[in-house]
Amino acid sequence: MSDLRELYQEIILEHSKAPRNFRQPEAANQSAEGYNPLCGDHFTVYLEMDGDCIRDIGFQGSGCAISKASASMMTQSVKGKTKAEAERLFHQFRDLVAGHSHANSDSGEATQLGKLEIFAGVSKFPTRTKCATLAWHTLQAAIERKQKAVSTE
Amino acid sequence: MSAHHGLSSPGAIAEKGELDVETIRRDFPILSQRVRHKPLVYLDNAATTQKPRAVIDALLRYYETENSNIHRGVHYLSEVATEKYEKARERVRGFLHAESTSEIVFVRGATEGINLVAQTYGRANLSAGDEVLISAMEHHSNIVPWQMICDEKNARLRVAPIGESGELDFGAFEQLLSPRTKLVAITHVSNALGTINPIRQIVQAAHRLHVPVLVDGAQSAPHLPVDVQSLDCDFFTFSGHKVYGPTGIGILYGKAALLDDMPPYQGGGDMISSVTFEKTIYNKLPYKFEAGTPNIAGAIGLGAAIDYVQAIGLQRIAAHEDHLLAHATAALEAIAGIRIIGTAKRKAGVLSFVFGEIHPHDVGTILDQEGIAIRTGHHCAQPVMQRYGIPATARASFGLYNTIAEVDALAAGVGLVREVFA
Repeated sequence: MSDLRELYQEIILEHSKAPRNFRQPEAANQSAEGYNPLCGDHFTVYLEMDGDCIRDIGFQGSGCAISKASASMMTQSVKGKTKAEAERLFHQFRDLVAGHSHANSDSGEATQLGKLEIFAGVSKFPTRTKCATLAWHTLQAAIERKQKAVSTE
Repeated sequence: MSAHHGLSSPGAIAEKGELDVETIRRDFPILSQRVRHKPLVYLDNAATTQKPRAVIDALLRYYETENSNIHRGVHYLSEVATEKYEKARERVRGFLHAESTSEIVFVRGATEGINLVAQTYGRANLSAGDEVLISAMEHHSNIVPWQMICDEKNARLRVAPIGESGELDFGAFEQLLSPRTKLVAITHVSNALGTINPIRQIVQAAHRLHVPVLVDGAQSAPHLPVDVQSLDCDFFTFSGHKVYGPTGIGILYGKAALLDDMPPYQGGGDMISSVTFEKTIYNKLPYKFEAGTPNIAGAIGLGAAIDYVQAIGLQRIAAHEDHLLAHATAALEAIAGIRIIGTAKRKAGVLSFVFGEIHPHDVGTILDQEGIAIRTGHHCAQPVMQRYGIPATARASFGLYNTIAEVDALAAGVGLVREVFA
């Protein structure tokens, strides 16, 4: 049960039930679709880009508690950030859920993950890391204006 | 029937033909292990079944004392291996109640069985405008091979719909049958819903228009007695690993007259009777469809698995699994928020469900922490999920070694899911 509680923390459950930025921003000018064919999770991430800056972000779709909470908290974390900052966060987040120590990822520097650190529990559930990173892969595709839907497989 | 038969008195002889599950469980070495510090509760039998000692021993014995290539050597080991391989074919013939071993083709599994028919019978018989008729409850393996050959031949894939309970809409199926229909390919038991299809009725309707029927038996062979002559189906295919046998071995049954007329599937050794650069004469049935050195150990292992289930008896296995399914259905239905997907009157082995807004993946992860193995996802049946407007289900599927106590553990685990998501 302790590993489970670490995975399904209150904040994660709360975000999965009431996701933030669960909408298509009116001024969105870039978007991408991402899906996990194994479990049917499917999200669209919308961006309102102002040059290199993510002025607004929203997402829609359906998925498990982990993927939905991850998408919700991601939108909060990257809003107002530059492309490069968002990319950097993605790398740190990916290392976190894969259980790689932070020291390996960013030459020993502290991460900027902040609240996203609560996803550390995912690393004990290797079958669920793709749930946590789906929204991030989709964000990356939206930033790069990828036409084709990204897939975890 | 007692709700806890075989549990309170291990090893006791069960009454009235009921299974002595505790004794059976001792035949399966893997079942005694603990996973995540809990006793393993294996309820993913529709994906693959565990193997009894008899099957593991047959594989070991083959590689330790019998290994050789078949149908070739004049030496002792080759003779032994050939005899064992062909005896396994005879066991499969008996298992399916086929008329002759020449109608039993060893393949890798049900997927290859279907692909074989699509690429041989399909390629030889489909032309532009022709149709292949399947149902809306098929596994991807009984959809994609037909899409591929239909694309190639400009033929059309037609889909008979299913109703809300997951039963085939038989009237709609009959209406879709026409002189354009060249083949019906349909599952015997749905892997995602558990529905048992009325194969005999389907075959009769198709045969009235002289349309042959392929039955995907991947989910029926482990759970129901199968008699291909009584069903009168033209092709029947199943996978060894779902009937307690090894992976990588399966069976395609086909009526001899049809198999005879079909072109070969793959070219190579063993499928020929003579080869010159000008002309090759193909071997007789079933060898025409078995190019290359086959999975000899797998076939022998499958023979051992069939011996094992036949010694217990398919009727008794079916009765036991029906009992488990009924108990599981009642237990899960009693939990608020559970919706069972697939409520056909006749079902076998499979209980698919969704749990309120909780995603099946989360259900699966929490059950796994309790040592309970179920499958979550679309079960390679995405059109079925689309039919019900859901992305996925959680699926518990039963085998001959499962107990009522394990079904109760499943229900308790689902209770825990609600606790976590409260």
